[in-house]
Amino acid sequence: MNNSNYIDEFHNSGAASAIVAALGRYDGRKLNIMEVCGTHTMSIFRHGIRELLPESVNLISGPGCPVCVTPVSFMDLAVLLAREKDVIIATFGDLLRVPGSLTSLAEEKADGADIRIVYSPLDALKTARGNPEKRVVFLSVGFETTTPVIALAVLKAYEENLPNFSILAANKTMPEALKILAADSGSRIDGFLYPGHVSAVTGTQFYRELAEAYRVPGVVAGFEPLDILHGIYTLTRLCSEDGNSVVNEYSRVVREQGNPIALEKMKEVFEPCSAIWRGLGKIEGSGLGVREKYGRFDARRVFGLVETAGKEPKGCICGEVLKGKATPDKCGLFGKTCTPESPAGACMVSSEGTCAAYFRYNKGVII
Amino acid sequence: MNGLGANPATGRITLAHGSGGSAMHGLIRELFHKYFSNDILNKGDDAARLETHEGRLAFTTDSYVVSPLFFKGGNIGKLAVCGTVNDLSCLGARPLYLSCGFIIEEGFFLNELEEIVRTMAGTAAECGVKIVTGDTKVVQKGAADGIFINTSGIGVIPDNVDVSGHYALPGDKVIITGTVGEHGCAVMLGRENLGMESPVESDCAPLWEMVQKLFDRTGLVHVMRDPTRGGLATTLNEIAEQSGVCIKLYEEAIPVRDEVRGVCGLLGLDPLYIANEGKMIIIAPEHYASDVVKILNGHKYGKAACIIGEVLEEPEGRVFMHTFAGGTRILDMLSGEQLPRIC
Repeated sequence: MNNSNYIDEFHNSGAASAIVAALGRYDGRKLNIMEVCGTHTMSIFRHGIRELLPESVNLISGPGCPVCVTPVSFMDLAVLLAREKDVIIATFGDLLRVPGSLTSLAEEKADGADIRIVYSPLDALKTARGNPEKRVVFLSVGFETTTPVIALAVLKAYEENLPNFSILAANKTMPEALKILAADSGSRIDGFLYPGHVSAVTGTQFYRELAEAYRVPGVVAGFEPLDILHGIYTLTRLCSEDGNSVVNEYSRVVREQGNPIALEKMKEVFEPCSAIWRGLGKIEGSGLGVREKYGRFDARRVFGLVETAGKEPKGCICGEVLKGKATPDKCGLFGKTCTPESPAGACMVSSEGTCAAYFRYNKGVII
Repeated sequence: MNGLGANPATGRITLAHGSGGSAMHGLIRELFHKYFSNDILNKGDDAARLETHEGRLAFTTDSYVVSPLFFKGGNIGKLAVCGTVNDLSCLGARPLYLSCGFIIEEGFFLNELEEIVRTMAGTAAECGVKIVTGDTKVVQKGAADGIFINTSGIGVIPDNVDVSGHYALPGDKVIITGTVGEHGCAVMLGRENLGMESPVESDCAPLWEMVQKLFDRTGLVHVMRDPTRGGLATTLNEIAEQSGVCIKLYEEAIPVRDEVRGVCGLLGLDPLYIANEGKMIIIAPEHYASDVVKILNGHKYGKAACIIGEVLEEPEGRVFMHTFAGGTRILDMLSGEQLPRIC
């Protein structure tokens, strides 16, 4: 093995031109390819990949941004907890500026609420240990990439019998949402670019089942520019063929069986439940709830929380954007009353939100 | 340290050190005057009497509130001198004099204060600038984050030098004097206690000696600016707007250290938007650009200097970048703070 750092090779502009040239020779039917993962959305914009694709290949951004699909009602609960005098909220940075029905955590923080940004749920445990007189609530949001570590945090809290730590869970899983997208005849999706890091945990079996059932091929891709370009190229070939193939092109990280240990931790702490996806509505079996055994680490139980339907901002079409049925520039609020500085919806404030990506990298300006 | 009026048991700053009495005078004498000593400061008057100089004066001020106070590659004191010296250097002004105001939190450790002051003296000496006047205040516990420092600086602009953010012209080349993204990364790693081991160090450095060599020759540089908060991308946006031009960058040309790429990749940050404290953006006419790079490469702070882009006529006020992949990415101003990703 020579001096490969697995980054430079995938940034090689010579190889990129070759793939772009090959893509340019695509002369098949018009294709709608959905890239599901928020990190893919960002990476595509960051490397200016959209403009390198032929006219007949259309990229749609899907609902794979965990912050974007978190309903307003969750933020309202977080704000409620933040206002309790003895509560410390520990959260990923992304959630800080997501608007709830009336306010955001950033505004509550400025008002004096104890809200701390953590890089890992294990840091939230540290905060709980270091502040025994306070109750620490970790805002648990994420897909299969993040959930195993959150499960680990709960297991550690259980081991140590930590009395002042809990999580407010809104974790989700992809499979049920993907089924809905694949089956939705309104948005004709010809192929999926699957999320590399979620797949590292889940493995690829479900994608193959989906491909069989709905004849939608897929490619599991990494996040460097060459990963994405080649993934799209492979999809154009798969779409022209049988239509039920799945190729793992992120084999340096993703194994077919996924990460059994991570999956085991997830299953130990969480059980499937229904979940509300902003824009997609309620999807059965797509959420993760804390099992009874770990009930004293479930903030909903600990604080007796009742979720009320949150108020979505008028005119916000985050839902259509998340389903890939509209682009952000079609939203009446985009760039006017909804900007990264003052976001109306979650798709604008999340670092991986489609609207944020459009605004930050594109602003509708063609260069 | 005798005569400092410090609590002998713990060596900490007390409110007495800011009250104007003997404790304060002891601190000034035994610490500030000892390290910053020069003929003007030593007179001990309420204001510094300065000689007049030929040429136009440049004047700048900055306050330093960085946390943590000590980080890999420097401390708040080094920043306080470099930042102000570099702002003067951006105008082509030879830095001559600095003022220095300290606001210190009650309970601050004297040995940490001494380390900060020692660093400031060393950095000032490196660029031949004198700290000629200052002020010390002590505030109650909790009213300041350890220590805040303000430095103001005066410099003189030679007659043959005229640089400004308004002077970028279509056809000019955009040059960076070295690798980007280090200072902000080093500070974030030091502050957040991320449990990450990384060799990333702040690039904090005084740049006058390096940029002065550009003016020794022909003084034809159009714009100079240091890409501090907001990073390279934000600073270029400022210049594009000021000059009413468009700036195009080439991603492959922008030098970023591997360890910075690594930290940024892990945390979901973008090196183009991270603060630098020892780098300069220089925009020079096309025919002079390679000479500028050669001159910079000959200095210890400019070894990685290179051309990273060019100035176009339009669209006015925009900055965009040709990416590795061959696509185009618009580089907007940084909005809000960079927040690390969830996944």
